[in-house]
Amino acid sequence: MSSTQAVTPVPVQLGTDATSVGSRTRRTRKHDPAAKSPMWVRIVLVVICLMWIIPTFGLAMTSFRQQDDAASSGWWTVFTTPANLTRLTLQNYSDIFTKADMGTAFVNSLAISIPATIIPILIAAFAAYAFTFMAFPGRDFLLIAIVALLVVPTQVALVPLLKLYGQLGISGTFLAIWAAHIGFGMSLAVYLIRNYMATLPREVIESAKIDGASHFQTFWRLIVPMSTPALASFAIFQFLWVWNDLLNALIFIGPGPNQPLTIALVSLLGQQGQGWQLLTAGGLFTMILPIIVFLSLQRYFVRGLTAGSVKG
Amino acid sequence: MLIKIINAVLAVLGGVGGAILIFFVLNKLAEVLPGKWEDRVKPYLFLLPAFLAIALYLVYPTVQTVLYSFANSTSTAFVGFSNYGDLLTSKDFQSTLFNTLLWIIVVPTGTIVLGLLIATLADRLRPRGEKTAKTLIFLPMAIGAVGAGAIWRFVYASNPPGQKQIGLLNGVVTGFGGDPVNWLQLSTGRVNSFLLMVMLLWAQAGFAMVLLSAAIKGVPTETLEAARLDGAGEGSIFFRIVVPQIRTTLITVFITVLIGVLKTFDIVYVMTNGLYNTNVVAVDFYNQLFTNQNAGYAAAIVVMLMVVIIPVMAYQIRQFRAEEAAR
Repeated sequence: MSSTQAVTPVPVQLGTDATSVGSRTRRTRKHDPAAKSPMWVRIVLVVICLMWIIPTFGLAMTSFRQQDDAASSGWWTVFTTPANLTRLTLQNYSDIFTKADMGTAFVNSLAISIPATIIPILIAAFAAYAFTFMAFPGRDFLLIAIVALLVVPTQVALVPLLKLYGQLGISGTFLAIWAAHIGFGMSLAVYLIRNYMATLPREVIESAKIDGASHFQTFWRLIVPMSTPALASFAIFQFLWVWNDLLNALIFIGPGPNQPLTIALVSLLGQQGQGWQLLTAGGLFTMILPIIVFLSLQRYFVRGLTAGSVKG
Repeated sequence: MLIKIINAVLAVLGGVGGAILIFFVLNKLAEVLPGKWEDRVKPYLFLLPAFLAIALYLVYPTVQTVLYSFANSTSTAFVGFSNYGDLLTSKDFQSTLFNTLLWIIVVPTGTIVLGLLIATLADRLRPRGEKTAKTLIFLPMAIGAVGAGAIWRFVYASNPPGQKQIGLLNGVVTGFGGDPVNWLQLSTGRVNSFLLMVMLLWAQAGFAMVLLSAAIKGVPTETLEAARLDGAGEGSIFFRIVVPQIRTTLITVFITVLIGVLKTFDIVYVMTNGLYNTNVVAVDFYNQLFTNQNAGYAAAIVVMLMVVIIPVMAYQIRQFRAEEAAR
């Protein structure tokens, strides 16, 4: 959470089956399943949904307005004075590439987010495998350490890391922020993936062992494919988190040639007077990819939030 | 640009390939050892990269930060508890703490109430309506705080009286004949802080809704039917049957949001940068570190944050142990 992504998730323990948004298996919950929901329920929900979507819609509308219009009247006037409709423009969307260089920032965001998502998954999957399928002294202690570290605010790490990076001379590089996101996401990754692996049938592992498979083979051929849902859900979470992250980007990369979209957008937020319509187009541009990822993979994301806790 | 893209691709391949190679080598190393030792050593080798990352990025810096919190602004000499003393006696920091306390009280509670309300109501819709409503509410999760900052600028924006308003809230206020309010600077009654909290509620209610909805659907239908047959009203069914059954999830959501709130940085940073009495600890930390160049104060602030979180950590561990015992 997202940081929001303000949210950093502490995975959830539910005693129930994971259910996706808009569950597919409906249970007969109402007095009469065929009956329509009461009118007031629908009205309240429509009002809430409108409240949720209107701010974003306002940003979207403003992004198509000319600079003078956006600065001198509210976006809703497009609807109250339909003549304004003809004044809509795509200019802002070309300006964010020519005047604010959001294109480079977009590539930077990708270059930061993809490795910072994939690498921790692999590392965490091995650790989770060891926690789940291998017995060794100190296992419980190390696992508890992972759980304890889930709630540590990453701010505690920033000052020393900044000093360390200064000494190593890697501040401002992609490497600096990859490593930070790998480190900060690791305990959650291990925890989520281990919780999922613990629900896999142990017989499969036992029989693989009897067939002479090594741990390494079992891991790649059996466990990784079987754990795909958990790996995917962590991937989505981490991707959204890294993509939307501002604090770590500011500290480890900062404004400059390597800046991701979040920093580029914040600098637009700072230029109040002149750049409002760029802010809107830039804001929407920043959101497009995470929204696509989120909408297309929502099912996995929800499963990841609720799963890992389905008791095996 | 092209170089950047190639770099990124290489980084992905190199990072992933490197990670695979490391595990391959570690695995081979273990296999060189004689039979019994191989099994003894291998788990630790599988855990090694993960724990190296955690040790380097969480454990070592935490210890270091505690030390820095007792040192001066450039971390060159120890000053005892004076960083803590300075902060706790400063009016500004007391105000920051008060704001943070408000955030801690309002946001987790508000998120749960909203999430529970939406989950319960949406559960009564037909599947398509339920899915649409939930997706809309959940969507801000993908947007992130900086995007939210851009969005909510156009809600809270204010122009001087007499000019047309471009912020939605002032548009409504002036539409009803009122005077425009400079919302983000209105610290009377901490109104501006509450408006920033609304943004976080907007961003997080979907998260609470998804988890609570899953939990509510897990309450056995038979129990509910039985209660209905006994003549219980919907209200008492909700509070006496549903709420107790989803208690664990409620607590988990509360803790998750609480931790998120303690770390809230982006929203306040992009909207007010902590001015006009809206400062919270995470923003103060950043400004002490960079604007004020005082690593001692910055470290002391996060150590205090850490201390607040320790009870939560203890609860998490206890909860985890209970889950494992039941597994």
